[in-house]
Amino acid sequence: MEWTDSQAAREARLGNQQGFRVLVERHSRLVFRLAYRMTGNEQDAEDLVQESFLRAYKQLHTFDERAAFSTWLHRICVNCSLDLLRARKSRRTEDDATSWLEQVAAPEPSPERLTQSNQMAQLLEPALSRLSENERAAFVLRHYEGSSIEEIARALGIQTSAAKHSVFRAVQKLRRSLAPAWGATR
Amino acid sequence: MNHLSEEQLVEAYYGTETAHLEDCEECRAAFENLRSVLDEAKAYPVPERGEGYGGEVWTALLPKLPQKKQSRAWWLMVPAFAAMLVLAFLVGRTSKEVTTTATAIPEKARERVLLLSLSEHLERSQIVLAQVENAGDLTEERDRARELVGANRLLRQTAERLGDRQDVAVLEQLEHVLLEVANAPDAPSGADTAHVQQRIAQNELLFKVRIASTDARDRGLKL
Repeated sequence: MEWTDSQAAREARLGNQQGFRVLVERHSRLVFRLAYRMTGNEQDAEDLVQESFLRAYKQLHTFDERAAFSTWLHRICVNCSLDLLRARKSRRTEDDATSWLEQVAAPEPSPERLTQSNQMAQLLEPALSRLSENERAAFVLRHYEGSSIEEIARALGIQTSAAKHSVFRAVQKLRRSLAPAWGATR
Repeated sequence: MNHLSEEQLVEAYYGTETAHLEDCEECRAAFENLRSVLDEAKAYPVPERGEGYGGEVWTALLPKLPQKKQSRAWWLMVPAFAAMLVLAFLVGRTSKEVTTTATAIPEKARERVLLLSLSEHLERSQIVLAQVENAGDLTEERDRARELVGANRLLRQTAERLGDRQDVAVLEQLEHVLLEVANAPDAPSGADTAHVQQRIAQNELLFKVRIASTDARDRGLKL
């Protein structure tokens, strides 16, 4: 019988590396998706996956088994991403945005969908990179991960009102960046 | 009539119901405009990662994991630990043939420990193989290979007794390479290193060891 996340975490905490291996193999792809959306860069996302699991391993004693391991791990990944984004204050250039676009390989999209998707990708990443770190994190968690405002507040260590405001500010800025150009492409 | 603020429209998009949208055409139009942009933003493409991605992450992560206090001692005791496991396993099987009384350790539990031990051993061997293959430094991995050779031999002999041909084949190939690394001279020549690297590559040993490790772990966890 396969271990649940809680069982695997317990084994790992007792020093059984197989327990942690189960968690790494089970959650790596989801952590990569989150890290990629947080940074918009494939290599950064790869590094963040490693860093997130490394931090999780070191902090396993703080994990409350009554909580969902995935939520706890996502919170660690968000914090790692924020550290990285804050360390790299410089904004992405147009060239960076192009290279970001080239990394993306959508799984067999239709030509029409591919065109739309690429258009959106071209517009979205530069727009996301202009958000503050907290705004980007709040938007990614709300929009792509489906997190509640309370979960976002806990992940970012801020008040719920501040989390709500971060999501709103992010949407407001993205909308202003995307709406005119997106409207013109349709 | 008071219209919805931009913030309320955003809240409505993320699920807060608002009856006002049904009654107010102006707000409904503003909401549809917001929705079209945010819906399109859902299509933010992420590079795909395959099924084996978790395994790749684990292999890269393992050497970076901090060792627990007792881990160093455990690492040094690998051959002795493996010997103990093998003995416990074989004694259990022999005593079962002689008498029907229950053995101290249930057979499934022994098999589980043995398989997980095999998986752990193969994982550590993977690190040696990967380092030799990529870094090409035999002396760096020599001590580790020496520690693994004894455990490898015991595990291979146990697999032979159990008739596990696949594991025997992998452990045999692995043993040859571990011995070559363990017996490497203090200053190995480029040819020495290339020979071992070629052996690893020709037999696709790293891949085989990775598969065998995953397989042993999965079998062990199912017991």
